[in-house]
Amino acid sequence: MRLPIYLDYSATTPVDPRVAQKMIPYLTEFFGNPASRSHAFGWKAEEAIEEARGHVAALINADSKEIVWTSGATEGNNLAIKGAANFYKTKGKHIITQKTEHKAVLDTVRELERQGFEATYLEVESDGIINLEKLKAAIRPDTILVSIMMVNNEIGVIQPVWEIGEICREKGIVFHCDAVQGAGRVEIDMQKLKADLLTITAHKIYGPKGIGALYVRRKPRVRIEAQIHGGGHERGFRSGTLATHQIVGFGEAARLAKLEMGAENERVRSLRDKLWNSIKDMEEVYVNGDLERRIPGNLNVSFNFVEGESLVMAVKDIAVSSGSACTSASLEPSYVLRALGRNDELAHSSIRITLGRFTTEEEVKYAADLIRKKVEKLRELSPLWEMYKDGVDLNSVQWAAH
Amino acid sequence: MAYSDKVIDHYENPRNVGSFEKGDESIGTGMVGAPACGDVMKLQIKVGADGRIEDARFKTYGCGSAIASSSLVTEWVKGKTLDEAATIKNTQIAEELSLPPVKIHCSILAEDAIKAAVEDYKKKHK
Repeated sequence: MRLPIYLDYSATTPVDPRVAQKMIPYLTEFFGNPASRSHAFGWKAEEAIEEARGHVAALINADSKEIVWTSGATEGNNLAIKGAANFYKTKGKHIITQKTEHKAVLDTVRELERQGFEATYLEVESDGIINLEKLKAAIRPDTILVSIMMVNNEIGVIQPVWEIGEICREKGIVFHCDAVQGAGRVEIDMQKLKADLLTITAHKIYGPKGIGALYVRRKPRVRIEAQIHGGGHERGFRSGTLATHQIVGFGEAARLAKLEMGAENERVRSLRDKLWNSIKDMEEVYVNGDLERRIPGNLNVSFNFVEGESLVMAVKDIAVSSGSACTSASLEPSYVLRALGRNDELAHSSIRITLGRFTTEEEVKYAADLIRKKVEKLRELSPLWEMYKDGVDLNSVQWAAH
Repeated sequence: MAYSDKVIDHYENPRNVGSFEKGDESIGTGMVGAPACGDVMKLQIKVGADGRIEDARFKTYGCGSAIASSSLVTEWVKGKTLDEAATIKNTQIAEELSLPPVKIHCSILAEDAIKAAVEDYKKKHK
């Protein structure tokens, strides 16, 4: 077993060696510009790109003509949200999203607000999932766009995007879904999921960074305004020379994901459950977000009275991330956990552990033992733990906020 | 973010962790920070008959830099008079531990903790 152990698969995944192998010839040998129509170098690259497009389309059961290459999820979300809002702005100016979206969605919607659009940011329930009745109630006659993610990046909960699609379709509202954390983990079938725009990215499914795709529905057709102009690549949706090797890697990653998703999910889920079962008997440990409606690899837990960043530092043999960002003057804890109604202490005390394709049982056991040991050590250091053990109600203490 | 070697040393081998016996008259206790802000420090000083701090203890809920800052000041206050201890500045702590700008608040909290502990002792012995 090699240390440190990577348990941050929601941040990014390693490129699968089979994917890397497939990419290499497109860097050195088949380096042609896929837009070159006049020679075999260009034709070869174009052929590879269309094959990859087919694999990515197949992963979500879409038509390959509905796949637009982007540089990644941030660009995909920008293109979808700004593109749709700008195209449909004469119809209305109201956009609905929710508070636990990724910053690539939240900041894009904020920017549109600056440009004169209006936005509603829906609250989530304490399990992290949005309430469909609240969504329906937020829809206005001038609502043109709803953007709700499929899977939350911090807590891994799966939103009812299938139902949201139905609601939006019925009302004639464009529905964008950020499915970055869902692809390869949740079965996505665009014949059943009524999203008009759907963002995915390669590096979360064992493909390379720097390449993503936006699904743009053709039936019924959704229109978006391009955000990057130039040579008219990707049918004008997104200009710029295509990164053949990246796209080939994305295609192969998508092909493998479709093929192996079922078995992989089962294996990862059983490892995740083992991890949770070996720490859940500790005192004052809480799972953040619904444990059932969640992708298999995600475990987001709060260890009360232990600060998350110090825990991440203590368990440095495992690579995990913290919901506490003690790096600014404001000491803001995770906005996602705050949106669940978790108090600040629990939000500051959280760590996100995400498992994936290359996680082994031995690694999970090591991680669980290490976490137990270090939480105990940090609690010995914690004045809050001491007060809790002495029966002091921490809510009754007058703290000097700073 | 990379921590300095001194922060890591204090974090991995914190000095003077713990609490003194409750009700001891020679103890001054300072508790600063708030759980909602992500850090709480408890610093205790034990003052000898000669008016000098003969021992100190801490417990901290917070990031590595907060733990290191409080561990460091337990060492620094020992042997000092109350007035000397109260002159320890956060800038000295930050410099000793090479804290980056985003972690300066940890050193401020440690300075506040010393002041609060000294204050508490003085209040008890007025």
